Amino acid sequence: MDFGFSEEQLELYEAVQEFCDDVLAPKAEETDAKGEFPWDNVKQMAQMDLFGIPVPEEYGGMGLSWMDWAVVGEQLAHACTTSGAVFAAHMLCMYPIMAFGSEEQKQKYLTPLATGEKIGAMGLTEPDVGSDAGSVKTKAKLVGDEYLLNGTKIFITNGGAAETYVVIANANPEKGMRGLTAFIVEKGMEGFEIGKNEKKMGFPSVPNTELIFQDARVPRENVLGREGRGFRVAMDLLDVGRIGMAIGAVGLAQKAYDDGVAYSLVREQFGQKISEFQAIQHQIADMAMEIEAGRLLARKAAWCKDNGSPELSKIAAMAKVYTSEVCARVCNRAVNIHGGHGYICDHAVQRYLRESKLFELVEGTSEIQRNVIALEVLKEAISQRK
Amino acid sequence: MNIIVSIKQVPDTTEVRIDPVTNTLVREGVPSIINPFDENAIECGLQLVEKHGGKVTVITMGPPQAQQALKDALAMGADEAILVSDRAFAGSDTLATSYTLAQTIKKLGEYDLIICGKQAFDGDTAQVGPGLAEHLGIPQVTYAIDIEVEGKKARVKRLLSDRFEVVETRLPCLITVVKQMNEPRHASLKNVMKARKKEIPTWTAADIEADESRCGLNGSPTNVVKVFAPQRHTQGERLEGDVNDVVERLVKILREKQVV
Repeated sequence: MDFGFSEEQLELYEAVQEFCDDVLAPKAEETDAKGEFPWDNVKQMAQMDLFGIPVPEEYGGMGLSWMDWAVVGEQLAHACTTSGAVFAAHMLCMYPIMAFGSEEQKQKYLTPLATGEKIGAMGLTEPDVGSDAGSVKTKAKLVGDEYLLNGTKIFITNGGAAETYVVIANANPEKGMRGLTAFIVEKGMEGFEIGKNEKKMGFPSVPNTELIFQDARVPRENVLGREGRGFRVAMDLLDVGRIGMAIGAVGLAQKAYDDGVAYSLVREQFGQKISEFQAIQHQIADMAMEIEAGRLLARKAAWCKDNGSPELSKIAAMAKVYTSEVCARVCNRAVNIHGGHGYICDHAVQRYLRESKLFELVEGTSEIQRNVIALEVLKEAISQRK
Repeated sequence: MNIIVSIKQVPDTTEVRIDPVTNTLVREGVPSIINPFDENAIECGLQLVEKHGGKVTVITMGPPQAQQALKDALAMGADEAILVSDRAFAGSDTLATSYTLAQTIKKLGEYDLIICGKQAFDGDTAQVGPGLAEHLGIPQVTYAIDIEVEGKKARVKRLLSDRFEVVETRLPCLITVVKQMNEPRHASLKNVMKARKKEIPTWTAADIEADESRCGLNGSPTNVVKVFAPQRHTQGERLEGDVNDVVERLVKILREKQVV
């Protein structure tokens, strides 16, 4: 077991850190406040080759590891939560094409996503379908050489900004979840419209929109994998999505911690820095400890992905639920350390606290993650009894 | 275009601390960086090559650890890098430095353009670039904010203290650039990985056929007699008060200076 990185990895992370320190972090507040998709950041992230880290080089990627993607994702979320969220959501579109796409689909769709020339999004959630992914109501009907899609997706991250969408619809409702099929849908296809962009508790610059399909015409060759494979595609990409959420949560928690510690080192009360009070010190110790544990779990999940570990679903779910709950606790503590100032918008910690809630909810709530974990560990226990 | 960019490794002055006891600069543990103006020079070279084709070769004279600055330049996208390093170069002033760099460039062979930052962050002399051009016997244009290359000519816009000046020069020539010219790019992941695979050769005094009497301390006539803080130039005089009064004083000053 090796907790270190190679010299090459360290050089790559250092380059990313310089970019984060010089470009993303100084305007993170402005990027959030603007309420607009951060195109300028995204273009520069593309120039830095950040989007296609684990994508093979023949499709415009870097051919690096999921571990590298995880470390960079944490760096981005730490510097600018908005950019980190766009980065993670982009992978939800890129990964299924990478894992299930045909050679033609990879050439056509994966390459521009990996280079960051185009942004991607993924559509699973519907007004009546959240964690119960098997009950997707968007229908796909084969007519000649095209599928006609009908239905509405909601809360789609990167919606509107993205040009490429991976959409889960049911092509054979009688078969239930076995009818689920993944489609690559392009912005501008007839019958496909971007709907309302939701106002949220945080992340105003990250779009979460409706995708509206009214007899949307999607060519048959845009089926990902084959008809009926949609549930498998969704489950596989959710594992990656959970790693994405875990690294984002760790990055945000680290930022809130950094701000809290920095404040405790300058704020004086009763004639001393508040960092000298044991009550504050214990909070700092708890934050540091939990972030470290969360980071290890998130990186273990990335390691599982790199090594094709059968434990991936379990570890990714553990990483997601643990880091998101750590993130919420850390952000809450960071506000506490700031005292009344933490409630004032001049300090960013109140924003971190609002943002932290996101990580507990998306890609499956904490409750759903616990279901996944319990299912996996009970399966293991039963097989051991035999 | 065959472009040579000459750079210098300098201490990151934003990280330099002052020893509270001796009041001298603490240089130990201070990270070294590419002289910031030289990053503009590299960026300028990369942009010209993107537009006109060719390659960017980065050179530096310095101790072995100056290799890091060259690695950083390669990570920005430069094609090749050469370190010129020899004990014989220790203690070089700007004359010896520009001589050594000129010998290096002579060994490199054909080139169209040499680009330097306008000056180094630590020494602030702004002499090495112009000195280099003199040693090579080529035209020089300093303080460039924009360069347009057409065939064997360059149109260069110079940033002076109170105006711009546009000059045309034949190539090859040497141009020093100001920081307002561009925004140096960050090292992308691809370039970092490419840079890792590149060898950076080290050339010694013998390699560049340098006359050792013109290198290092031997070749440096400069003697540091005294170090002092220069007097600040006054930024001008502000006239305040009653308008009629101010106008009267202004006219009087202008007459004294024989402006009117």
